Amino acid sequence: MLIEYLPIFLVFGFAIIFAIATVFSSTIFGPKRPTSEKLSTYESGMKPIGTTHDRVSVKYYIVAMLFIIFDLEVIFVYPWAVQFKRLYAELGISIFFSMLLFLVVFEIGFLYAYKKGGFKWD
Amino acid sequence: MGILELIIVSLIKIIVIAVVMLLTVSYLVYFERKIAAWAQNRIGPNRVGPAGIFQPFADVLKLLLKEDIVPTAANKQMHTLAPMIALFVAFSTFAVLPVGPSFTAFGKVFSFVVADVNIGILYVLALTSVGVYAITFSGWSSGSKYSLLGGIRSSAQMISYEISMGFSVAGVILLAESLRPIAIVNAQSGWMWNIILQPIGFITFLVSAFAETNRLPFDLPEAEPELVGGYHTEYSSMKFAAFFLSEYANMIISSALIVTLYLGGWQIPYLELLNLSAGWVVILQVGAFIFKLVFIMFFFIWVRWSIPRFRYDQLMNIGWKVMFPLSLLNLLWVAILAMIL
Amino acid sequence: MITLQIILFSVFAIIAVVTSILVVTRKNPIISALFLVLNFAALAGIYLLLNAQFIAVVQVIVYAGAIMVLFLFVIMLLRPEHEKNFFEENPKMKWLALIVGVVVFFQLIYTIFFGKLSSSIHQNAEKSVEIGTIESIGRGLFTTYLIPFEAAGFLLLAAAIGALVLAKKHFD
Repeated sequence: MLIEYLPIFLVFGFAIIFAIATVFSSTIFGPKRPTSEKLSTYESGMKPIGTTHDRVSVKYYIVAMLFIIFDLEVIFVYPWAVQFKRLYAELGISIFFSMLLFLVVFEIGFLYAYKKGGFKWD
Repeated sequence: MGILELIIVSLIKIIVIAVVMLLTVSYLVYFERKIAAWAQNRIGPNRVGPAGIFQPFADVLKLLLKEDIVPTAANKQMHTLAPMIALFVAFSTFAVLPVGPSFTAFGKVFSFVVADVNIGILYVLALTSVGVYAITFSGWSSGSKYSLLGGIRSSAQMISYEISMGFSVAGVILLAESLRPIAIVNAQSGWMWNIILQPIGFITFLVSAFAETNRLPFDLPEAEPELVGGYHTEYSSMKFAAFFLSEYANMIISSALIVTLYLGGWQIPYLELLNLSAGWVVILQVGAFIFKLVFIMFFFIWVRWSIPRFRYDQLMNIGWKVMFPLSLLNLLWVAILAMIL
Repeated sequence: MITLQIILFSVFAIIAVVTSILVVTRKNPIISALFLVLNFAALAGIYLLLNAQFIAVVQVIVYAGAIMVLFLFVIMLLRPEHEKNFFEENPKMKWLALIVGVVVFFQLIYTIFFGKLSSSIHQNAEKSVEIGTIESIGRGLFTTYLIPFEAAGFLLLAAAIGALVLAKKHFD
C-alpha cells in the first residue's frame, strides 16, 4: 500500500467524527419543545401549498449532461499537462497538436450546444 | 519513519490545523462583519468584549443552545446528513495544502503539510465535486420549495464552474509538471508566479473559486429576496452552524489554493540574497504564506460588500460562455509559453 | 498476518457490498443515489489500495462527482409518484429484469471462477506503483495509445450531441 495516503485516511476519520459531533451537539445542549406550527414548512408565513417534490426544469439535466462530458475532457487534459514538457522535449510539437485536435473536436460539441441554446437560461 | 510515528505526527498536524482553522473561521466571520460595517458606514459588532472581539464565541454559544428544528415535511436522515457532508468536505480538503517549506530539525525532515501525495491538487477537486451533494441533499430533504430551488440552482452553478476551474488548474500543472502542491510552489520560485505567467488563468480560477464557495456576487442559492435562505432555509441551531462553518472554511481553503497555485505559495522573491539562517527563512516563508492568505481572504470579503449579485441566467452565461472559453485559451497560452521557454 | 492493507481493504469492501445492497433495496430513489455515491467512494478506496492513484481520484471526480449529480437531477426531473408503480403497469418488464439479472450474475460467476488474469499484469509491486501515477498514464496515453485517445474525443462529441438532441424539443 502507498503509505503516503495513510494521513489522508486519518484526516477523513477526523473529519467524520468532527462532523457528527458538531451536528449532534445541539440535540444534546439545545431545548426540545416541538409544536406543529414550529415544525411546519416555512413559506413566508402562509400555509404551504402544493407538493415540494415537483419536477425541476429539463435545463438542469442538460447542464449536468454537458458537465459530465466536459469534466471527462478535463480529466483527459491532466495527464497531458503533467507530461507536456517532458514529451515536448522528446517528441516535439506533435504532442501539442495531438491535444489541440482533441480540444477542437470537443469544442465542436460546445459550439453545437451554444448554437442549439443549451446554455440559455431565460 | 515507522507507521506509528507517521500516525502520531499526522494526528498532531491534523489537530493543530483544525484548531487554527476553527479560530480563523470565527475571526473571519468577525472581520467580515467589521469590514461590512466599515463599508456601509456602520459600527458592526461592539458589545461582547472590547470592540466586540468575543462576538464569535457568543455566536457559537447561541447557536449551540438553540432548538434543533426538523420540519415534519423533511426527510429526517437526509436532513441530518447534508450538513455533515458539508463539514466533512470543508475539514478534509486542507490535508494536501502546504503552508511552508520542508525543513530539517533534530535530524528529521518536517513538512508543513499533512499528506504530500501524487494526486495532490486532484484530491482537492475531487472533494469539491463531492461537496455538491451537501447542497443538493439539503435542498431536496428539507421539503421546502425554497430549499429545493436553492439547492438545485446551487448545484448547477457549482458544476458549471468546476469545468473552468479544472482547466485553469491544468495550466498550472502544465508548468509545474506535477500535481503535488509542493512541486507547484517550488516551480514558482523567484518571480515566476503563475499570476504573472498566466493572468487569464488566475482570473478564471478566482471567479470559479467565488462561484464554488457560493460567495457574492455568485450567492444565488441564498438570494434572499426570492429564495429566503436557499438550501438552508429549514436548518437551525448547529446544523445551520455547520453550513455556515463550512462556507467560511471553504473560503479559507479556496484562498489557500489561490495562494498555492498562483501567488507562489510561501515563496518570497530574492530572499536567498539576504543570506539568512535556515530557521529564519522557514519562519519568514510561513509568514509570507499567511500574509498572502489574509490578503486573498480580505479580497473575498471586499468583493462581497462591493459588487451586486448576478441574475441566474447571467451567472450561467458567465460560467459557460465566458469563463470556460477563457480557461481553454489560457491552457493553450500556457502550452505555447512552455514551448517557447 | 493482518496488515494495515487487509484492514483497510476489509473496511472498503464491506462498505461497498453493504451500500450496493442498500442501493437496490431502498424505495426512495434519492436515498439509493446516496448509497451509490458511497459505493463509488469505497471503490475509490480499493483502487487506492491497488496503487491506482489516478484512477482512484478520477473515480471520485467522474463517477461520484459528475455522473451521480446527473442521476440526482434526472430523479428530480421525474415524477416520483408516477414512477412508483412502474412494474404494476408493465408486468412483462419484471421478467425482463429477472432475465438480465440472471445473465449478469452468471457472467460475474464466470469471470471470478473461470476467467484468466491478463499476462501483462505486473507481478512486481514496485513496478505497479509507477503504473498508477498520472505521469505514467500521461506517457502511455500520448505515445502508445494516441489513436484510442483521439477516438475517445469523437465518442464524447457524439455523446454531447446525442444528449442535446434528446432534450432538444424541450427547449426549442
